[in-house]
Amino acid sequence: MTPTRKKRLAVIGLMVLGVSTATAIALVALNDNIRFSIGPSEIVAGDFPEGRQLRLGGLVAAGSVSRDPTSLLVTFDVTDCIHDITVNFNGILPDLFREGQGVIAHGTLDANGMFQAHEVLARHDETYMPPEVARAMALAGGNEVCGEPIEDHIASVEAGY
Amino acid sequence: MIWKSIKVGFHRLGSPPTFYRFCLLLSPWLWAGFAICTIIGLYYAFYVVPPDYQQSDTVRILYIHVPAAWQAMAGYVVMAILAMIALVWRIRTTEIMAMMCAPIGAAFTLICLATGSIWGRPMWGTWWEWDARLTSMLVLLFIYLGIMGLYAAFEDRRKGARVACILVLVGLVNIPIIHFSVEWWTTLHQGKTIRIFGESSMHYSMMPPLIWMTIAVKLMFGAALLDRSRNELLSQDRRKGWVAKKLLGKGVK
Repeated sequence: MTPTRKKRLAVIGLMVLGVSTATAIALVALNDNIRFSIGPSEIVAGDFPEGRQLRLGGLVAAGSVSRDPTSLLVTFDVTDCIHDITVNFNGILPDLFREGQGVIAHGTLDANGMFQAHEVLARHDETYMPPEVARAMALAGGNEVCGEPIEDHIASVEAGY
Repeated sequence: MIWKSIKVGFHRLGSPPTFYRFCLLLSPWLWAGFAICTIIGLYYAFYVVPPDYQQSDTVRILYIHVPAAWQAMAGYVVMAILAMIALVWRIRTTEIMAMMCAPIGAAFTLICLATGSIWGRPMWGTWWEWDARLTSMLVLLFIYLGIMGLYAAFEDRRKGARVACILVLVGLVNIPIIHFSVEWWTTLHQGKTIRIFGESSMHYSMMPPLIWMTIAVKLMFGAALLDRSRNELLSQDRRKGWVAKKLLGKGVK
């Protein structure tokens, strides 16, 4: 390699290094803003004032879903296996919503510590498998949230089939 | 011996007429491979692979979304390597190839964003959310468009290519951000399923179309890149003797 080319390569290397460092510093500084959601434990710890728009992320706790038979109102607990937060939502839930599913609720915390959501999104995990495999796993008793079994999981697997 | 002939052949690709011939010869094979792999891949994706236990048939969009997303990123890495060579060695055919990666990469990014959005509506319950993965992918699209715009903004194509190559290397920082976004931050987008090292969290029966489509998309990127580069070279050299010779036969000056 000629000296000119070596110099050009060094300049390019320095440039890429500089850009990477600057970006890394910016991303670390903005860490809290880039995060999409916060967990129940952080809300229980009281880091967030009531009335502020938040995205609460966690799993739907086992046996916690109750639907109002006359309206779209649904109440469920979002858990991170340490703390639970009760969520009220009046609207249409995504197809993937069920016990044990990762969800993200967008809304505010009220004075009673209840989360009033105006939007609930389902989070899909990175597992992909055919229904037969899922049913076999469910029958083998592999399904639980935070150590509590999900009773209707086989039924929901069947329903999704 | 073999190494030396490979090296000589590689150096010859810097010469426009040789490069032109190389593109012309190789690209039909890549297009053919792309067609075969796509037919097999889509057949598997639509008719053979079982539905997912949670998403049922919606899962099939993955066989377009994921290969397109991978190629959008892999295409950028290819472009960055070409840009680095172009900036250090100032080889014109490499400059052209680097610049021609951008529109193809942008197209794959767009396919990735569109299919992801269509999948997200029924599964997540939203078309779009500003989470780290989705946003960094959108930034990739804008970087691609920026490179294309910057290249086109210069009267002198070589100067334009050189300036745009610097932007390519600046934008390279976004690639690891896209890749690690689902690990560094909590996101709506799921974490990675396919692992090269270790076990993938996708059942093996669902894998074949993903592999076929990934190969297909790589071949298509290569074919489109060669075709685009060849056309760009012709357009730049349209007043040169070798082009007249190639297109109009010998004897024309």
